[in-house]
Amino acid sequence: MSSVPRDVTLPDPAEVLNAHSIEEIEEWMTRYPEDQKQSAVLAALSIAQHQNQGWLSTELMDAVAAKLEMAPIAVYEVASFYSMFETEPVGRHNIAICTNISCMLMGSDSIVEHCEKKFGIKLGESTPDGRIYLKVEEECLAACAGGPMMQVNHAYHTNLTPERVDEILDALD
Amino acid sequence: MSTSTNSAGPNASGLRQNQVCYTTLEYEEPWSYETYLKIGGYKAWQKILDEKLSPEDVVQIVKDSGLRGRGGAGFPTGLKWSFMPKTDPKTPGAQSYFVVNSDESEPGTCKDRDLLRFNPHALVEGMLIGSYAIRASVSYNYMRGEFMDEVYARFSQAVKDAYANGWAGKDIRGSGHDIEVIPTLGAGAYICGEETALLESLEGKKGQPRFKPPFPAGYGLYGKPTTINNTESVSSVPAIIRNGPEWFKSMGVETAGGQKCFSVSGHVASPANFEIDLGTPFSSLLELAGGMKDGIPLKAVIPGGSSVPVVPGDIMMQVNMDYDSISKVAGSMLGSGAVIVMNETTDMVQALRRISRFYYSESCGQCTPCREGTGWLYRMLSRIVEGKGVPEDIAKLEDVAGKIAGRTICALGDAAAMPVQSFVKHYRHEFEYYIEHKRSLVADKLGQAA
Repeated sequence: MSSVPRDVTLPDPAEVLNAHSIEEIEEWMTRYPEDQKQSAVLAALSIAQHQNQGWLSTELMDAVAAKLEMAPIAVYEVASFYSMFETEPVGRHNIAICTNISCMLMGSDSIVEHCEKKFGIKLGESTPDGRIYLKVEEECLAACAGGPMMQVNHAYHTNLTPERVDEILDALD
Repeated sequence: MSTSTNSAGPNASGLRQNQVCYTTLEYEEPWSYETYLKIGGYKAWQKILDEKLSPEDVVQIVKDSGLRGRGGAGFPTGLKWSFMPKTDPKTPGAQSYFVVNSDESEPGTCKDRDLLRFNPHALVEGMLIGSYAIRASVSYNYMRGEFMDEVYARFSQAVKDAYANGWAGKDIRGSGHDIEVIPTLGAGAYICGEETALLESLEGKKGQPRFKPPFPAGYGLYGKPTTINNTESVSSVPAIIRNGPEWFKSMGVETAGGQKCFSVSGHVASPANFEIDLGTPFSSLLELAGGMKDGIPLKAVIPGGSSVPVVPGDIMMQVNMDYDSISKVAGSMLGSGAVIVMNETTDMVQALRRISRFYYSESCGQCTPCREGTGWLYRMLSRIVEGKGVPEDIAKLEDVAGKIAGRTICALGDAAAMPVQSFVKHYRHEFEYYIEHKRSLVADKLGQAA
């Protein structure tokens, strides 16, 4: 049963999401009971965000709502609740430096400082050329034995030093 | 590939290691199906099927082993399983779910990530056995969204291997039992490690905890009976069935069996995950982690993830790493087994501020005491660190923390309050110094020493 209110018009998912995204979303839908399409919303938003260089436009969220037969507000709620979703444009390389307690003890402040200086932006900002986004990472990223650490486009990099950070980040396109 | 886990086998401390979950570490490609078979993989599941052990038999073995939940609360796993209805899964309309909590995000904890990377088949086999024991035909593993790259790939490949070799799916090995094993992902929210928030998230909603009762065993995923267990708990089950409950029990203490994975981080020489007997002295674990980094003396330890009370170093040196010892001797908790070690250079006010910012940011916003209180705590601590604290602030911190604890739907409120209460209790003089002198006592002491 669709939860989309009758007076809401949503875009045709096929016009907003590309074929690859739709195929991936449909695969995720098979993991849940047929009457529980909403369960695929986290995966669908993640896929849609990936298609759009790292952020979710309202149009994309509406397309996900249409695909999963959800009220758009229910999709926005999810998109704004989880920290891995961005609802404003951000730089295309997502860099998340862990600054939680273990990494803090192991020197993450100096890694943050190094990155802020390197790109001339603060945590939470993107470079003007749209290349780099320094995410504010509030969560511990579960690699505490390798602190300080960061995620670059979801890949883990542990035991960081400023030199190692340069090597990793200078290799990005 | 770099690994953050120590290798198995003898070590300087002579402690027995890696007997339950990190059993594949000594092999190349520890994550592969072939490696898992070498350590006796899938033999437990095969034994259950071949010998036609009943779900009750399996629950009894797990009860006898003394396995207690490894996610934080320490609830006996077998007992949890016994709360599930005994309805035959083939009854029309009957559906139960077995859910694994791989939303590892308690600050300081990184044991499950390594388990998923290096021994994912132990979890798959554990999910099959756990599902069978609670009569569930579907099992989900909910991994935190940040695991979407390497960790998710490793686990998903293990699931594929299990299906390809006939251990999962329909009519498993001609037994008539159907069990599906399904990987899923979150999207960044600490609160989804709370089991009912995890269920909400699996249903495609904001991860806001549910009021209990009803408990998940009665009303869980999609309103169906559900058991949720931590990754390490579930991954321990195959070894328990394989080697017998007595074997497992003998590695622990009277009130809790087995080995446990500890994530040791902070100011130690060799931070890593260590799987050792429950009841091992903290001093031995510290030695295993190479001792204090640069020889700087120990100041304090958070023994079970940032949510549990901090323990002064001298007390910690008398503690054994098991649920009771940490609780009775140190007044703290074993929690998730995340051992955060702090040396004498640690400014406890700043450390607490960092922890408090985390809870402020991760409060789901549902209960007023937590939503508002965590913000007050963080802002007051920031004020103190910035030299703008007033003498009443310390009492106010304790007061606000006390008004959050026990007054929220889930334990995040308690988790935000306990660090504040314990840091202030043990290191009150550091807070007072900040307020009086507008600067850090630790920094001043270090400055004098230099």
